Amino acid sequence: MQDTRKMEITVGVFVALGLAALLMLAMKVANLSQFTSHDGYEVRAYFDNVGGLQVRAPVKMGGVTVGRVVGIGYDAQRFQAVVRMSIDPDYDHIPTDTAANIYTAGLLGEQYIGLEPGGEDTSLKGGDELQMTQSALVLEKALQEFLYNKTVKSP
Amino acid sequence: MIDLLAGLGRGSLAFFERLGRGHLFLLRVLASLGALLTRPRLLIKQIWSTGVLSLVIIVISGAFVGMVLGLQGYNTLVTFGAEESLGLVVAKSLLRELGPVISALLFAGRAGTALTAEIGFMKATEQLSAMEMMAVDPLKRIVAPRFVAAIVAMPLLAAIFTAVGVLGGYFCGVGLLGVDAGSFWSQMQSKVLLMEDVVNGVVIKGVVFGAVISWIAVFEGYDAVPTSEGVSAATTRTVVHSSLAVLGLDFILTGLMFN
Repeated sequence: MQDTRKMEITVGVFVALGLAALLMLAMKVANLSQFTSHDGYEVRAYFDNVGGLQVRAPVKMGGVTVGRVVGIGYDAQRFQAVVRMSIDPDYDHIPTDTAANIYTAGLLGEQYIGLEPGGEDTSLKGGDELQMTQSALVLEKALQEFLYNKTVKSP
Repeated sequence: MIDLLAGLGRGSLAFFERLGRGHLFLLRVLASLGALLTRPRLLIKQIWSTGVLSLVIIVISGAFVGMVLGLQGYNTLVTFGAEESLGLVVAKSLLRELGPVISALLFAGRAGTALTAEIGFMKATEQLSAMEMMAVDPLKRIVAPRFVAAIVAMPLLAAIFTAVGVLGGYFCGVGLLGVDAGSFWSQMQSKVLLMEDVVNGVVIKGVVFGAVISWIAVFEGYDAVPTSEGVSAATTRTVVHSSLAVLGLDFILTGLMFN
């Protein structure tokens, strides 16, 4: 009887340990606590070129992550890429004339959306569209322009 | 020539017969799972012998795999000046592949063989027949609790392996090599996703591997030739087949999950 009890206790400890490990992986490694809120409000922005932007890329304001990209699609009417992003409800005072740019973190880093706040008094709501956008820097294009300028100027 | 063809035919017939028997056996085991609800003690005892007793080897291997990942990852990443991503590299590779696969291989060696040998010797010493004589169904009494225990224990062991591995990588990277502790965790936390990495990797792979290993182990034991040689051959087959099954399934699951 004593043995059974001891065994049951060790099994209990084992299961608790396993669940604790899973919890640690969820909380500490996947950082569940930060972006569980998918109930942020969603805004749209149209870009001529999204470059290598990916779904779940961060949306940053002043370097602070305020949301995530939740969807990238192509609008066949406007011939532009439409990026839907979900903004954390904590940041609900973003002016309506905020500009969205696609930046690259570091030389080889991933791309993210940087928001630059405008001066309007009204704040963005769910479903709004960001009017001012600047596309991703495509390296080939930049090089092309650079070389073109060089060849035009030199002779 | 004809003999050769006959041998080929016999071999493939035997193979498919065995495969069929394995599946029928699985169905019978699944059908007898209901009996476990009335006797949870049997399950607890089996979780103890498959899960708790495998804990030591899982924790130690997890720590060393994590530490080696930390060392190797650091050496590679530092050439690109990206050693801050060490946490991400360690966590992703452990969560997605190394954690579930290595713990499944260890589990097959540590617990799967024990299951096969135990059931095989029960058969060889006619304990299973004796049970049938007493109108006790050995599938319900012996096989079902062992089958379920392995499925319960395997994802837990994979989670422990992975968690210990991440800590091992932290110890090596941050403690010994001087990676910044803050960026170790923040890089990891910003890129590792709960559903995609943790649930897909550790939980789903763990359950699938646990089910396959325990199915192979109990079937080999139950189907073993009831002699000492037969049991030893069955034990060997358990390790070989379940390791191959784990590696093959891992490839398929990875292809399905991370595309």
